[in-house]
Amino acid sequence: MTTTATPTAPARRAPAMGGFSLGFLALEVRRLVRNRRTLIFTVVLPPAFYFLFGGASYADQSAGRGNVSAYVMISLAVYGAMIATTSAGAQVSVERAVGWSRQLRLTPLKPAAYIATKLLAAMVMGAIAVAVVFLVAGVLGGARMDAWVWVVSGLVAWLGALVFAALGLLAGYLLPSENVMQLLGPLLAVLAFLGGLFVPLDVLGDTFQTLAQYTPAYGVGVLARMPLTDEGSLVTAVVNVVAWTVVFGVGAALRFRRDTARV
Amino acid sequence: MTETTAAPPAPAPTQAPPAVRLAGLTKRFGAVTAVDGLDLTVRAGEVVAFLGPNGAGKTTTIDMVLGLARPDGGEVEVYGLPPRTAVAHGLVAAVMQTGGLLKDLTVAETARLTAGLFAHSRPVAEVLERAGITDIADRRVGKCSGGQQQRLRFAMALLPEPELLVLDEPTTGMDVEGRRDFWTAIRADAQKGRTVLFATHYLEEADAYADRIVLVAGGKVVADGTAAEIRALSAGREVTATLPDGEAELARLRALPGVEHVELRGRTVHVQGTDSDAVARHLLTATAAHDLQISSRGLEDAFIALTGRTEETR
Repeated sequence: MTTTATPTAPARRAPAMGGFSLGFLALEVRRLVRNRRTLIFTVVLPPAFYFLFGGASYADQSAGRGNVSAYVMISLAVYGAMIATTSAGAQVSVERAVGWSRQLRLTPLKPAAYIATKLLAAMVMGAIAVAVVFLVAGVLGGARMDAWVWVVSGLVAWLGALVFAALGLLAGYLLPSENVMQLLGPLLAVLAFLGGLFVPLDVLGDTFQTLAQYTPAYGVGVLARMPLTDEGSLVTAVVNVVAWTVVFGVGAALRFRRDTARV
Repeated sequence: MTETTAAPPAPAPTQAPPAVRLAGLTKRFGAVTAVDGLDLTVRAGEVVAFLGPNGAGKTTTIDMVLGLARPDGGEVEVYGLPPRTAVAHGLVAAVMQTGGLLKDLTVAETARLTAGLFAHSRPVAEVLERAGITDIADRRVGKCSGGQQQRLRFAMALLPEPELLVLDEPTTGMDVEGRRDFWTAIRADAQKGRTVLFATHYLEEADAYADRIVLVAGGKVVADGTAAEIRALSAGREVTATLPDGEAELARLRALPGVEHVELRGRTVHVQGTDSDAVARHLLTATAAHDLQISSRGLEDAFIALTGRTEETR
């Protein structure tokens, strides 16, 4: 017996893209879809809210390039995407708690590739949430608007949810808890309310209305509804979205760097 | 590889780097020095036990070999590469005590996910077979026993076909049967020439499965050799006998050749030394000693003598 390496030794190299792969992404999405609680929050709750808030009963009232039902639908699509991406991003907290992230450090997967996969998986869930609300409200709920408004509003609601994917990641790194969503759930409900996703902000007092403009769901909501109604300030909304994305994104990145240095 | 019999002696091959090279490795946690200037070289093909009591610095050292922790001082190389590079290239894989698994995935999904992260991987079905968990491939990880989860970790470690396999206390918390099955799988694998470095505080595991035992205590290597060599470090045997007038005989016993330690407990005298025959002959011919026994000291005595600790409770 010689002491040299095995003759079957394969060519040694590191994987491309830090270990990022579509197979890994697909499995991550499958895990999210298989999680009953995630699925209820993503797929069942937002369309249920549409009917609960009476979205279908406003089909006769017109609003901008469609009806009021469409207005409610867009708001709830933003809400659905927000819940879906936050809870998907927050999964990192569970994985840290059980030590899975440490197990992954025994593979070539680069931390950045891991985070990219988590973000993309969250965005896939966000897309599902938006699609479900649009489909249910459009087919069963009487929502009507111009064809291009469907496309643009849907895309904005979806892409804007990146803010919340970043929030989910940040929460996932801040809270080493397996029940991170029990804390985030109520917070998201408050943010959705202040962002004008549940009721128009006109019902609030002046102080609250002003305050609400600085909360993270406000910008996405205004931007997503803008193709329908032309309401709100484009600049304020864009500044809101960009600022919160930066805040959550940088926060998550800082926590993430500290985490990988430690592990 | 083919071998040409008539070929002239091959030129000396370029020195292959050792599997693991640690030089002056140091790691501190606050005021505690967990690893204190540790030196160790593991050659390719060796099966090395990293033996020591809890808190000896075994896990911290292994973390640094795998690039999970950064040394405060010294050097660490795996096949001549920085640890993270060796991991990324699939040269080294590990079964860790702490690495958690996702409860919501099945055994096969977990292995498939891991396989997809490497540039090169053995087929999932093959590693499950080698780890002996083919029959539970579709079981959710959360429903697997500790031993089954550990064998899944082993299967995952086999995926990149690593040159070096690192095991950190791999059988902690397993029942007797689980431990035996696990080691059967590991041993079958090591026979194919894979280098194995395993940390343990079970003496019998080190004795049974390692070619070489590296004894660590206080973050340092205190002994290094085969099980037989380690035993020999606290060499010798112990002779015990009932000796009625013990006190009077102690001085003469101490003067015998090779005697290291003499102790009288009640009417029983304990003599430790290298020449048990001489001690026994003296006791039986020159004193009133009776009920004489000779016992050889085992690895456990060496362990206690060298680490200054008693073995961990099970």
